[in-house]
Amino acid sequence: MTGCAAGVRRPGTGELTVSPTICDICFWKCAGIVYKDGGEPWKVVGNPNDLHSRGRLCTRGTAGLGAYLDPDRLKTPLLRVDNNGNQRFKPVSWDEALEFIAARLRKLASDHGPEKLALFSHGSGGGHFKHLLQAYGSRSFVAPSFAQCRGPREVAFKLTYGEGVGSPDRTDMEHSRCIVLIGSHIGENLHNSQVQTFAAALHKKAKLITVDPRFSVPAGKSDYWLPIKPGTDIALLLAWMHVLIQEDLYDRDYVTRYTHGFTELKEHVRKFTPEWAYPITAIPAARIRETARVMAANAPATLIHPGRHVAWYGDDTQRLRAVAILNALLGSWGRPGGYYQQEKVALPNYPIPEYPKITARVQDANRGKYPEAYAGVSTAVFDASIGPDALYKAWIVYGTNLPLTVPGVAGRLQEAADSLDLIVAIDIQPCEVTGYADVILPECTYLERYDTLRNAPERRPSLALRMPAFKPKYDSKPGWWIAKQLGKRLGLGDYFPWKDYTEVLEWQLKQVGSSLAEMKKTGVKVFPRTTPMYFTEGTDIEFNTPTGKIEIYSTQLAKLGFDPLPKYSAHQEPPPDYYRLNYGRAPAHTFGRTQNNKYLFEIMPENVIWVHPTVARKWDLENGRYVRLKNQDGVESNRIRIRVTERIRPDSVFMAHGFGHTAEGLRLASGRGADDAALITNIPHDPIMGASGMRANFVTFLEDEV
Amino acid sequence: MIEEVLVTLRANPKIDPVLSTWSWEVPLYLFLGGLAAGIMFFAAIMVLANRQREAPFVTEKLVLWTVILLSVGMAALFLDLSHRWYVFRFYTAFRPSSPMSWGSWILIIIYPICLLQILSTFRQGYPNLARRLERFDIGALALDLSERFRRRIAWISIPFALALGIYTGLLLNTLVARPFWNTAILPVLFLVSALSTAAALTILGTSIKGERNLFTQIDFSLIAVEIFLVLLLVIDLSTGSQVQLAALDLILGGRYTVGFWLLFFSIGLLIPILLEGRELLRKSTSAFYLAPLFVLIGGYLLRQVVMNIGLHSSWVDYANQFDPQLLQLLQ
Amino acid sequence: MTRYAMVIDTLTCVGCGDCVTACKTENQMPDGLTRDWVVETTTGEYPNLSTEFRSERCNHCSHATCVYVCPTGASHFWRDTNIVLVDSGKCTGCKACIAACPYDARLIMHPEGYVDKCTFCHHRVENGLDPACVSTCPTHCMHFGVLDDPAGKVSTLLRTRNYKTLLQETGNEPNVYYLT
Ligand SMILES: Nc1nc2c(c(=O)[nH]1)N[C@H]1C(S)=C(S)[C@@H](COP(=O)(O)OP(=O)(O)OC[C@H]3O[C@@H](n4cnc5c(=O)[nH]c(N)nc54)[C@H](O)[C@@H]3O)O[C@H]1N2
Ligand SMILES: Nc1nc2c(c(=O)[nH]1)N[C@H]1C(S)=C(S)[C@@H](COP(=O)(O)OP(=O)(O)OC[C@H]3O[C@@H](n4cnc5c(=O)[nH]c(N)nc54)[C@H](O)[C@@H]3O)O[C@H]1N2
Ligand code: SF4
Ligand code: SF4
Ligand code: SF4
Ligand code: SF4
Ligand code: SF4
Ligand SMILES: [Mo]
Repeated sequence: MTGCAAGVRRPGTGELTVSPTICDICFWKCAGIVYKDGGEPWKVVGNPNDLHSRGRLCTRGTAGLGAYLDPDRLKTPLLRVDNNGNQRFKPVSWDEALEFIAARLRKLASDHGPEKLALFSHGSGGGHFKHLLQAYGSRSFVAPSFAQCRGPREVAFKLTYGEGVGSPDRTDMEHSRCIVLIGSHIGENLHNSQVQTFAAALHKKAKLITVDPRFSVPAGKSDYWLPIKPGTDIALLLAWMHVLIQEDLYDRDYVTRYTHGFTELKEHVRKFTPEWAYPITAIPAARIRETARVMAANAPATLIHPGRHVAWYGDDTQRLRAVAILNALLGSWGRPGGYYQQEKVALPNYPIPEYPKITARVQDANRGKYPEAYAGVSTAVFDASIGPDALYKAWIVYGTNLPLTVPGVAGRLQEAADSLDLIVAIDIQPCEVTGYADVILPECTYLERYDTLRNAPERRPSLALRMPAFKPKYDSKPGWWIAKQLGKRLGLGDYFPWKDYTEVLEWQLKQVGSSLAEMKKTGVKVFPRTTPMYFTEGTDIEFNTPTGKIEIYSTQLAKLGFDPLPKYSAHQEPPPDYYRLNYGRAPAHTFGRTQNNKYLFEIMPENVIWVHPTVARKWDLENGRYVRLKNQDGVESNRIRIRVTERIRPDSVFMAHGFGHTAEGLRLASGRGADDAALITNIPHDPIMGASGMRANFVTFLEDEV
Repeated sequence: MIEEVLVTLRANPKIDPVLSTWSWEVPLYLFLGGLAAGIMFFAAIMVLANRQREAPFVTEKLVLWTVILLSVGMAALFLDLSHRWYVFRFYTAFRPSSPMSWGSWILIIIYPICLLQILSTFRQGYPNLARRLERFDIGALALDLSERFRRRIAWISIPFALALGIYTGLLLNTLVARPFWNTAILPVLFLVSALSTAAALTILGTSIKGERNLFTQIDFSLIAVEIFLVLLLVIDLSTGSQVQLAALDLILGGRYTVGFWLLFFSIGLLIPILLEGRELLRKSTSAFYLAPLFVLIGGYLLRQVVMNIGLHSSWVDYANQFDPQLLQLLQ
Repeated sequence: MTRYAMVIDTLTCVGCGDCVTACKTENQMPDGLTRDWVVETTTGEYPNLSTEFRSERCNHCSHATCVYVCPTGASHFWRDTNIVLVDSGKCTGCKACIAACPYDARLIMHPEGYVDKCTFCHHRVENGLDPACVSTCPTHCMHFGVLDDPAGKVSTLLRTRNYKTLLQETGNEPNVYYLT
């Protein structure tokens, strides 16, 4: 018997070097370890001491090297030049690019005032630019993670419990005995520790109830799958409350001790019987009763999962209020198996001069709407950047691909670009938004840079370090360096007293009894908890709400003239020959940022459109054929491959978000699959906090001519 | 309804969507190997039957071609290897469980037997060349000796010829992972086809009427047997497992129906047997070369088509959700 | 012979494909070639449905037809185990082993001409580590171990849970098990 395969070099037999990182392929920020084998990039794996990764990265994080290796990355700063009416980008030096931006920003400050600068950002590097903006004189930052993502949830839980769910979500799934997923398609949604704790619950035979019109991955793992009619979740939630109260299954002690407004709720849901909900939701009354009983039987270790991307129909805050209330009835907030209390490290900020006083708020863009928007609303900031009375005259866009990310803006981006004096895009790859910029700055990838310390609220407080595993490729630079250079050129050098960002890290780490040297070795440092993870049974708690209680009845909403208790109202139905456009995550990709990553491209190079067999028959759609989609407003999509499957309702179609890139520089991604964002043109906004309702769109099929 | 799809795109070249590991090289080798085996067989039989005079072409002339055909076949095999410079590895091991290993060692033995067979009739077949060989003492000795042992050499040649002929079929047949090859009829079919092609080549090459007549008769019977064997093969597969039934479907309405029945069966068997039948009935002799030509083409097609069908027939059948051609963008 | 087995729980596998990317990076697979893949099987009609996800690779068969058919000994059992490897220094690229695998689990040629396949990450196993795919799976649904040890993880799982192997009828005696 021969031993090792002669001739083939075994992986990992060269000289090994390891360095810690924080994954930036999505926003879960798992701590990882980068391996080099004989000086060559080898792999990224999870850091075993990290609660986000628990030693394992997800599909995308494992493929992280693909971002670093991508030959299509932005390589040098690019400046838009007008070549006889033809716009094109010219490679320029960093000096020239930065000076160009600084000159425009200096002029902006003197002509219009610094508050005219807005920052779109998403992701860990955004902090460097928020700092720059505040030093400059603006606090108009906006992230799609609010109005396009979890804003409604955060607002609804703040209204109810006085605090939001936060990120990473404070769900205690590993201890849950019953989990209720409303839309959340964990498994396709691959937030790492969320998946791991979910799987841990499955291993322990927790009851799983999934409410999803599509036979999602978790639906396939469920004890109860409730194939709900899209857009009717509030009716189901109300009926569940009805059963819990009617059958006296709710947590009486918890409700009495902690909540405000139970009597009003009881009265409110009296008429919302399962029989009432059945024709609305298509879930049989007996099924609604049965599942409510299962939830109660396992309470308080029953988690009604809050979901994360919840910007669906324009009444999302109210739906999430219903979710919050249901959790309160089961007594799961603050209890094992429900929602735990998060803790983070008390990490001081590096001392810098005080920011200038800024009165303008990003909420000014809302023009009096969305009273509960505690953060910027992307669509509002966008709208406020167009026209003669525009609030904003310049943008910095850091790692936010507006056309794919904020539905409704793609068609008017040129208008905005024409109206604005300056758009700076900071990205790692050429994408759709960079095409509209005046200046494009190439950031190096997360594997090539230091960043702010990760100090995420978790089960245990911890810090994690991102440090460069490789020298920045091409002429790309880290975000902190770009921010500092711009600051210096804007005369804000005092706000950037460090020569190198490691000085900031070193200082901060010293304050909490660690050091950069230690963190370079361990990557993650876990600190002991100082507060309890769950409520101490039998003690009173002051919630951060006007009544100091969990507000089942929201006094704040009542004051603002909104329904203090959630109500169901019907949503629009698809017109004949149209199907509701459903979209979601594919485990192999993060939004629109990974389609050009060769590892991920290889396992999923395009998205497909799911259609039910009856629909396929009606339209003569063969598996594997390409079609185009057209929405109710006549917008046509790129070509997309048909997948005929029973896993989708006959009245909807489904596709993974993030495909259909048009940026030519992305050689793998460009032209592959269809973009859901482009088809989302009917967008009801949540009147309470401004979220974009993205699921009110309908599509039909067109022959693909190519 | 059952839907089975690949969630992660799998498009390993030459495996997906169907196995296409081998193209023309292996079938060519199987064909030429079979042809050589057939020639060896007939040359030996004619010697043993004392009919060398009646069939001088096959015993004295054609027999030289065994080594040439084998060598061309081996060259084709060599071309098929994708790690060519490791070809010597065939001969640093003998793996009793591997038909291919047997094959490579059998060839080592067959070559000298072929040479002896050639030498044993060399003076008659190729007098000029023989004279040159005689200039060397050792050459003359070799010729003398092999002529003396002509009958013994013929005796030895027969089992090796049969082994080689069967082996070309066994090679595929033993790959049980390919349901279409998984029938015991296959090696027999390949052997009979090997003999038939050798007979056809003889008809084509000989200028002696008697030899042509004799081999037309032989070939006619062999083709008849082949037709019978093909029908047996269909019956055998149709009584087999689920995957064999699926494999059979490939030639009964599936994508190889035309290839199998029109190309191989009609051109290689039906047309020649009709033509040869007419000739034997003295209806027509004008286009005598047509039938053997068809037989030879058919012989090659048999191997090519059977190999393709076998590669296509599989235990697993997964569909890709995503377009595998997109992976070409990675190049 | 030591028998290594992989046991994969289809009830928790979510079909995320992490096992595939992990294998690609760990084993530095050339672009476009994969040693493992994920299959989704959906049965029934809306809304009475069930789905099964399966992460598949070479089964490291106890009766490995690919090994038996190899003329050079390049395909071999590693150190008296059922781990089937290809020795690139002996492989001629004749491709007989590829045709001999009923699971189509051998990936065709490495660009350099020899056959490449799942190794059960023997380079990790010999250091006491789980294979790369097993050690990264975010649902912890993959398990690896020695079958001969009755108290071991994989034996215990097979004793206490329902399972199946793929294409039992090939007679190859596969050693990747699927809990159902
Ligand atoms: N792989 C991967 N994972 C990710 C991300 C990624 O990009 N890639 N992004 C991360 C981020 S930032 C977020 S916010 C999360 C989002 O992930 P989730 O919060 O899980 O997103 P949802 O929009 O709730 O999930 C989509 C599901 O909702 C179902 N659905 C559609 N309409 C309705 C309806 O009317 N009612 C109900 N009950 N269900 C409906 C769809 O069928 C689909 O299964 O994913 C995170 N995880
Ligand atoms: N139609 C539709 N729209 C949606 C959603 C949906 O499901 N459908 N989901 C919504 C949700 S939940 C969210 S959270 C948002 C997410 O929205 P985004 O955060 O905008 O999504 P991404 O596409 O991941 O990232 C945007 C950009 O970041 C760049 N980038 C990646 N890494 C780096 C880096 O290291 N540095 C810099 N400077 N740039 C980098 C990428 O190249 C890309 O251009 O989208 C929302 N919008
Ligand atoms: S969840 Fe996955 S992609 Fe997101 S940070 Fe963690 S490993 Fe990276
Ligand atoms: S990594 Fe695990 S959960 Fe994901 S597909 Fe592979 S086996 Fe399934
Ligand atoms: S699965 Fe195929 S390649 Fe793997 S050992 Fe079995 S026969 Fe060989
Ligand atoms: S291709 Fe290589 S490993 Fe496979 S049978 Fe031929 S020599 Fe053996
Ligand atoms: S065991 Fe190793 S080689 Fe095999 S699929 Fe898993 S990671 Fe790849
Ligand atoms: Mo999100």
